[in-house]
Amino acid sequence: MGLSSRRAVYIPFPQAVPCSYILNMDDCLGINPIACGKCAEVCEKDAINYDDQGEVVTRDVGAIIVATGLDVYDPTEMDEYGYTRFENVITSMEFERLICAGGPTDGHFVRPSDQERPKRIGFIQCVGSRNPKIGRPYCSNICCMNTIKDTLLLADHYPDTQNSVFYQDIRASGKSFEDMFQRSKEAGTRYIRGLPGDIDEDPKTRHLIVTVENTTSGKLERHELDMVVLSVGVQPSADRDKLASMLTLSKTSDGFFMESHPKLKPVDAPTRGVYFAGFCESPKDIKDSVCQAGAASSRAGALLNAGEIKIEAITSVIDGEACSKCGLCAKVCPYGAITWQKGEVAAVVEAACAGCGACGATCTFGAITMRHFTDDQLIAQVRAILAEKPEDKVFGFACNWCSYAGGDMAGISRIQYPSTNRVIRTMCSARVSEEMVLEAFRCGAPVVLVSGCHYADCHYIDANRQTVKRVQKLWNKLEKAGVRPERLQLEWISAAEGQKFAKVMRQMEELRQTVTADEIAHAREALKPKPKKKPKTKEKEETAPTAS
Amino acid sequence: MATLDTVDELRIGVFVCDCGLNIAGALDCGAVTEYAETLPDVVCAVRNKYTCADPGQNEIKDAVREHKLNRVVVASCTPRQHEPTFRQCVLDAGLNPYLMEMANLREHCSWVHPGDWEGATAKAKDLVASAVARARFLQEQEELAVPVTRRALVIGGGIAGIEAALELADQGHEVTLVEKQASIGGIMAQLDKTYPTMDCSI
Repeated sequence: MGLSSRRAVYIPFPQAVPCSYILNMDDCLGINPIACGKCAEVCEKDAINYDDQGEVVTRDVGAIIVATGLDVYDPTEMDEYGYTRFENVITSMEFERLICAGGPTDGHFVRPSDQERPKRIGFIQCVGSRNPKIGRPYCSNICCMNTIKDTLLLADHYPDTQNSVFYQDIRASGKSFEDMFQRSKEAGTRYIRGLPGDIDEDPKTRHLIVTVENTTSGKLERHELDMVVLSVGVQPSADRDKLASMLTLSKTSDGFFMESHPKLKPVDAPTRGVYFAGFCESPKDIKDSVCQAGAASSRAGALLNAGEIKIEAITSVIDGEACSKCGLCAKVCPYGAITWQKGEVAAVVEAACAGCGACGATCTFGAITMRHFTDDQLIAQVRAILAEKPEDKVFGFACNWCSYAGGDMAGISRIQYPSTNRVIRTMCSARVSEEMVLEAFRCGAPVVLVSGCHYADCHYIDANRQTVKRVQKLWNKLEKAGVRPERLQLEWISAAEGQKFAKVMRQMEELRQTVTADEIAHAREALKPKPKKKPKTKEKEETAPTAS
Repeated sequence: MATLDTVDELRIGVFVCDCGLNIAGALDCGAVTEYAETLPDVVCAVRNKYTCADPGQNEIKDAVREHKLNRVVVASCTPRQHEPTFRQCVLDAGLNPYLMEMANLREHCSWVHPGDWEGATAKAKDLVASAVARARFLQEQEELAVPVTRRALVIGGGIAGIEAALELADQGHEVTLVEKQASIGGIMAQLDKTYPTMDCSI
């Protein structure tokens, strides 16, 4: 943290696990043995290897627990508090180092400018939390209690210290937390309701002048303090994006990983076999992290103990007789689950198939059936919804994992949008075939929406690339047929984006209102299938389904 | 389990859920149920207070027997929440679980269109019609079982990752714990004392 210096060879901290020395290669001169190399000379065990490189280790696993934790907010951008400009303004993480017996001052709490013990210490809450102005609207959950704990520590170590806490609300809702808050007040800590607008420094004394509107009294106050601790917020780890795309995880608008269900499946990721523990899912303290870790390992353990997993029966089936041996299906499969060689009929490896349906929507020969999401089923849904007054409806396809779930999130959050929309669910947006979209227009849909996961978040690796290709092809087709291409819209909506789902539905409704009856009638005619090319399909469509 | 080879006609039952007032408070569940009865191959339509509760599920099971249903449509909440519940329910009633279809009248309708009684009711009817249309084409499916590698990976060696790894190891599983820093411990290891116990973090 820059509070003291250390050598290029060090143990991270006294209780480190493993408790062994590491070389900081940024500072080490050892790469060039002429320059230094002293540590290698004195190490009797010959444990120092300057050329040691990272290696890739491959492990097959059946369950993954994501516990990527948090990063601490850097308050430098909040210039009004003068962090980095004023030496005696520190963060709550630096406070921990200064009061720790193993820290740079051996636990003597001194202020950085003169190494003197501060007598008047101020804590400012919500620095980087609950502040929409800097794009950080959420509560970090842990800072109130952390500050209360700090005031109790100071009161214990240095009873003559005057501590002041500037806050907007004290959130002490955990077990025994209120008791700690009361103890802090009894120990003489002053709680001043109001977040300071500005900190200034007396250049001579290096004391800090904190200006705050006390919202209880309504008065502007100035407090002279020896030292200020910024109670900084926390955020999910910066590494999470890479992991999110590897494991196809969604994030909330705050950047935390999205769980399967906010209430009933709080530790399961939407991706089966992946579970969350700790801060990466939402701000929480140590106790809650330990609780969630226990829950996640229990969930993972149940999966591992079962020893097998049932795959939902939504996989692809290829009809060898109808297969034209073109191999297109094998090319679009994100999982390599379709085997095909030139001149041969394609075949599905069922255990590898995840059921996205990209192959099913690509095959124009009717050779691929997506179990439980067949063409017949989906086309029947399109027709049923648009059977009456289609001109009044906004028709859409939504993928199960993101867009449909985004619609669920809009529901859970009670975000309202026009009731004209009708959405049907496919597992992946790549399942939506040209025929399904064209059928919707043929049935008189004024507008059609295809919606899926954001580009890097597709739950079927990158199947939604096929969605893009298909929609682009459809736009061309519509244009050629004299149908306004914008009547077909493509949107990416994540599971956490209830707001966006509602917004898209409002936009679609606005778009619908621009589509004239003539346009609808024209599309119905212009997009009619050419009877010569698909006699089989037509015949099939006319056949009434039977139970056998 | 009755196989479809033994029956030759579609017999669909529709179960419309009030979900207390979650759905019934924003749209006309009675009208939706009446409308469902008029749809092709629907032989019974029943309105429940809470379809997911035992009485509701029992109504489905009874109706499957009484009306010899071979397709079930549950018009309630999102399939992302209760599809497993109702699949199990129809399985208990002797049907293949894939012969059940849901219409999402709650998350996608009543919760997002309060104050638009007519619009929400019209939409609910369409969602039911869509589910029934789909149900007419549903087929029995068998699920494939695949083995799970009995080994776990924990990503991150902070307090949550350490705890999760230890718990899994205690259950007898081999666990790989991955940490980017030289020591495990994460942010917690950087703290001096922690609340509420006011003891060392390590």
